[in-house]
Amino acid sequence: MKYLSEYRDPELARQYLAEIKKTVTRPWSIMEVCGGQTHSLVKNGIIAMLPQEITMIHGPGCPVCVTPLHLIDKAVHLALEKGVVLCSFGDMLRVPGSEKSLLEAKAAGADVRILYSPLEAVNIAAENPDKEVVFFAVGFETTAPANALSVVDAARRGLKNYSILASHVLVPPAIEAIMEDVDSHIDGFLAAGHVCTIMGTFEYYPLVERFKVPIVVTGFEPLDILQGILMVVRQLEQGRAEVENQYARIVREEGNPEAQKTIYEVFEVTDRLWRGMEIIPMSGYRVKDKYAAYDATQKFRINLVEAEENPACLAGEIMKGIKKPFECPEFGKTCKPTNPLGAPMVSSEGACAAYFHYSGLVEG
Amino acid sequence: MCLAIPGKIESIETRYNGAVRIAKVLFGSISKEASLEMLPEAEIGDYVLVHVGVAISKVDEAEAQKTFKYLAEIGELGDLTDVDEYLPEE
Ligand code: SF4
Repeated sequence: MKYLSEYRDPELARQYLAEIKKTVTRPWSIMEVCGGQTHSLVKNGIIAMLPQEITMIHGPGCPVCVTPLHLIDKAVHLALEKGVVLCSFGDMLRVPGSEKSLLEAKAAGADVRILYSPLEAVNIAAENPDKEVVFFAVGFETTAPANALSVVDAARRGLKNYSILASHVLVPPAIEAIMEDVDSHIDGFLAAGHVCTIMGTFEYYPLVERFKVPIVVTGFEPLDILQGILMVVRQLEQGRAEVENQYARIVREEGNPEAQKTIYEVFEVTDRLWRGMEIIPMSGYRVKDKYAAYDATQKFRINLVEAEENPACLAGEIMKGIKKPFECPEFGKTCKPTNPLGAPMVSSEGACAAYFHYSGLVEG
Repeated sequence: MCLAIPGKIESIETRYNGAVRIAKVLFGSISKEASLEMLPEAEIGDYVLVHVGVAISKVDEAEAQKTFKYLAEIGELGDLTDVDEYLPEE
């Protein structure tokens, strides 16, 4: 397929690997921020092929994994107690809440639906005027325009029975939090290509200045990732720390202005709790007061006690790159994709699930 | 989650009296609808990146070649004469 399969060419991948081996002279730790990149790295066996000097650290870039427990509990509550049609992306359904996952709520009779796009949820609201439809709107900057657009679309169609449960997180503040954590030692970053498609690259210049780390905006195919790694390694070996764009076929410096406009029509920046991590200042979106009628948290006034995380799960350390999934005592034993203890074992982009499925560390 | 894939715009229709453009986008052999509200300049025949039902970027053809030329360009691979083999087909 054009712009897809050609970026999987094994011969060119070999040449990139040879060039990386030739360039590297000492150990470097590189974090890929995005879970899509983690998935691609592990699935395509790239980690095993890299020279041993290079350690890939898997970042917090899985929106499903960082959605706080209390929001999952809220979604389950909306579905079970308030009788709404609760829609979301597939991965969200299996994330364990403190009592139930959405899938278990569905088994208990709730109307929970998996959708490909939030725009479909607006159509469901239009077709079912007697029902309340809530879209569990998780995601990074990449997904924010679509989720915001669903609110804009519902408003212009005059729908009163559509709202979103927003759990939006932002990448640059997370990079900042990771760099400020004394336990994490990251020499360079592969920034998430699709996030930058929306927001552009200018948010990364202050980070490069402040922390003196190379940041290379990188795509998702094997050749993209290998080229991104090579660009980071070249900078490190040459003593440079710059923002570079490996994914220029998709990412423009200024991002997508139309998408940004839609985001800021509906959302404003706010402090946000990252599951397994902490509250990171100005690291998420909340629905603006102007659209309060489309904000499920305001519309339904849910009062739930905030539940405790499962103490056995090391998700926070995994997502900051301090520990690898196989260092978790539960990994592959009590915690498996079929029975996940924590969110990183649920999403195919979560580091734990990626290792479980593709690294050959676990049989079956 | 941030999965987004490139496809080719086959046709475009307008809704709400022309306020909204919806495209049929072809991904390999599958065709799906995508909103063009974030890409006012996209036209039939363009390759666009689609994420959860919304087209978010146009693929830049000239930039797309660079991954295949990068090794030759940084000039450290010796004679990489057959780089054309790896270029996307037209
Ligand atoms: S293996 Fe399971 S319990 Fe351990 S960190 Fe990953 S998700 Fe949490």
